[in-house]
Amino acid sequence: MELLDKLTILSDAAKYDAACTSSGSRRGFRQGYIGSTTSSVAGCCHTFSADGRCVSLLKVLMTNNCVYNCKYCVNRCSNDTRRAMFTPEELAELTIGFYRRNYIEGLFLSSGVVRTPDYTTELMIKSLRILRERYRFNGYIHAKTIPGTSPVLVEQLGLLADRLSVNIELPSESGLKLLAPDKTKAAILTPMRQIETRRTENTEELVKYRHAPKFAPAGQSTQMIVGATGDSDLHILRLTQGLYDQYKLKRVFYSAYVPVVENALLPSKDVKPPLLREHRLYQADWLLRFYGFRAEELLDEHNPDFNPLVDPKCSWALAHLDFFPVEVNSADYETLLRIPGIGVTSAKRILVSRRCARLKIEDLRKLGVVMKRAQYFLTACGKMAEGLRFSPDSLLRNLIAAERPGLPQPAAEQLTLFDTIQSA
Amino acid sequence: MNEMTYLYDGSFEGFLCCVFESYAKHEILTAIYSDEDFVPVLFASRTIETDFSHAGRVMRKIVKVSPYAADLLRRGFLTCLPEREMYLYRLIAKLLREGPRFLGSLSDETLYPVLKAIRNLHGEAQLLRGFVRFSELGGVLGAEIEPKNRVLPLLRGHFCSRYQNEKLFIYDRTHREILLYADHKAVIAPLEHFEMAPPDESEVGYRLLWKRFYDTIAIKERYNPKCRRTHMPMRYWNTMTEFQGTDYFKAKKSSADDPGLSAPNEKSALAIPPESEPSAPASAP
Repeated sequence: MELLDKLTILSDAAKYDAACTSSGSRRGFRQGYIGSTTSSVAGCCHTFSADGRCVSLLKVLMTNNCVYNCKYCVNRCSNDTRRAMFTPEELAELTIGFYRRNYIEGLFLSSGVVRTPDYTTELMIKSLRILRERYRFNGYIHAKTIPGTSPVLVEQLGLLADRLSVNIELPSESGLKLLAPDKTKAAILTPMRQIETRRTENTEELVKYRHAPKFAPAGQSTQMIVGATGDSDLHILRLTQGLYDQYKLKRVFYSAYVPVVENALLPSKDVKPPLLREHRLYQADWLLRFYGFRAEELLDEHNPDFNPLVDPKCSWALAHLDFFPVEVNSADYETLLRIPGIGVTSAKRILVSRRCARLKIEDLRKLGVVMKRAQYFLTACGKMAEGLRFSPDSLLRNLIAAERPGLPQPAAEQLTLFDTIQSA
Repeated sequence: MNEMTYLYDGSFEGFLCCVFESYAKHEILTAIYSDEDFVPVLFASRTIETDFSHAGRVMRKIVKVSPYAADLLRRGFLTCLPEREMYLYRLIAKLLREGPRFLGSLSDETLYPVLKAIRNLHGEAQLLRGFVRFSELGGVLGAEIEPKNRVLPLLRGHFCSRYQNEKLFIYDRTHREILLYADHKAVIAPLEHFEMAPPDESEVGYRLLWKRFYDTIAIKERYNPKCRRTHMPMRYWNTMTEFQGTDYFKAKKSSADDPGLSAPNEKSALAIPPESEPSAPASAP
């Protein structure tokens, strides 16, 4: 089989993996090596695919052969599809070829399970070793840990890769049992715990010995499918919070379920992927990681799902109107971050700016504050925006109106004149 | 005090000399034009000769008042802000009049336009770190870009350290400048005309692989062209491999057919003027 065909099959099979980030690792250039991971703090996008997602890594599977039969997956063993497998040499050469042309920031390597998880991981390790040792590749590598891999191999993989990830896929044990009968919660959480413990150890080692080998310097991440099972947003967000707290994950990715298979246990094939729900979950995820929110503040048993019409931060603000308005000239950083329309960047700019001069309402827009949302929740020098009138009721309406242009519109229906006449 | 329009050679030092001149002659500036942009006007105008000692004096004074402001000026000069010289001149005037305190106030009316332009410059440079596409031409990596701002000085450090053992060049079509890098030395030089050499077999192979990967990786059910355009404005597509027409993916005739022609062809295509590379002032990446 030609390389072009292999690449087509194996990138097509990998496209449902959401993670494509190159952040978290800051490794400058090394003498005699090619590559660096210091494009910026937030990683570097090399292109955007037609679905608007960032492409920063060469995202492929080692092979799409799989012994498992997860119901939601295109690569399950009972599916009739073309199968292919990279040889470790091919994959390493392809990565270097792309990297030298600045097509990519590094490699994202996942795989179907061929024979056993250990055998598959050994193949991946071999490819990464060729890349790191023969081609002296110093760029970014994200490797998938397959549930059930032995700890020795996870250790080796972690020393070669920048970031490791174990996919949770389905956010509840019952979902796993139903749709991915070969996977268990324990098999997923064991490598996750191992990576977490090993990273803590590694931090200590690095303090003692500066040149100690680094274990997964960009941390670990995971991914959950949204919409394949009946789990509520609250359940997913609580799980996320737990993963950040207990497993020190860098990122949790959500992937709106795209129906690829017809199965009685899954949503039918003409269901659209729940993109807006995925978007709201990501917004909430940002609130957890950068804005000091907790999962239980955003959702509770009475409201187990996000409001599709306004974002989670606005929802929180509407439920806590007694917290507002906030005076931007005196509020601390954490309080500023609670205002809808103020983000990390604009909050920091406010802190810098107000040391020189008292801020007025008209200055805020220049600092990057999104006034169409923020104006209802803040004062500057004790004053609100001029001519602004609203009541708690109209507030919700105004916020929805401000956001509507960005939301997906219901498909416009062409009315036909003649049908109506005929039926009339 | 007279009002006056200045003309200068378009270099950063030249701009600093304009500032020097206006203070030395007590002239109020109405506009500063580089020679290229100048359209004759009715107002009194004067050409300012670039004198490095004058430029150095202005720079030393600014660094003494605020090193941060000096950095702002250097970066501000690379931006595509219309009449950027006047904005920077007003910034210097305010700095020397009031001291550096206002530099902390990000919404200050003199500072804000410059800051905004610099943010745009950094944004564009960050995008181009990802969107630059190299082609391998006889062992040399070459790329072309069409940025609005002069981003080459910002891209230099990134690409030269990432590909430290390679030879590479990036040609900026908008500002007709080229960044050359070889043997741990980088130089940015003006270059009027440049044309990329046609690719060979293996280069075309990689282009095809990349194009195929790009087309495959999108999920059809999630098609969202607006989101893509927001993240990656269409003005960058012109120089990106994945958006090129079929001609881009055809190899030139095998060089074995005509070995006599291929060697000089390659050299001229790389557009490295033989005398300029060794003699040009080298700066560390």
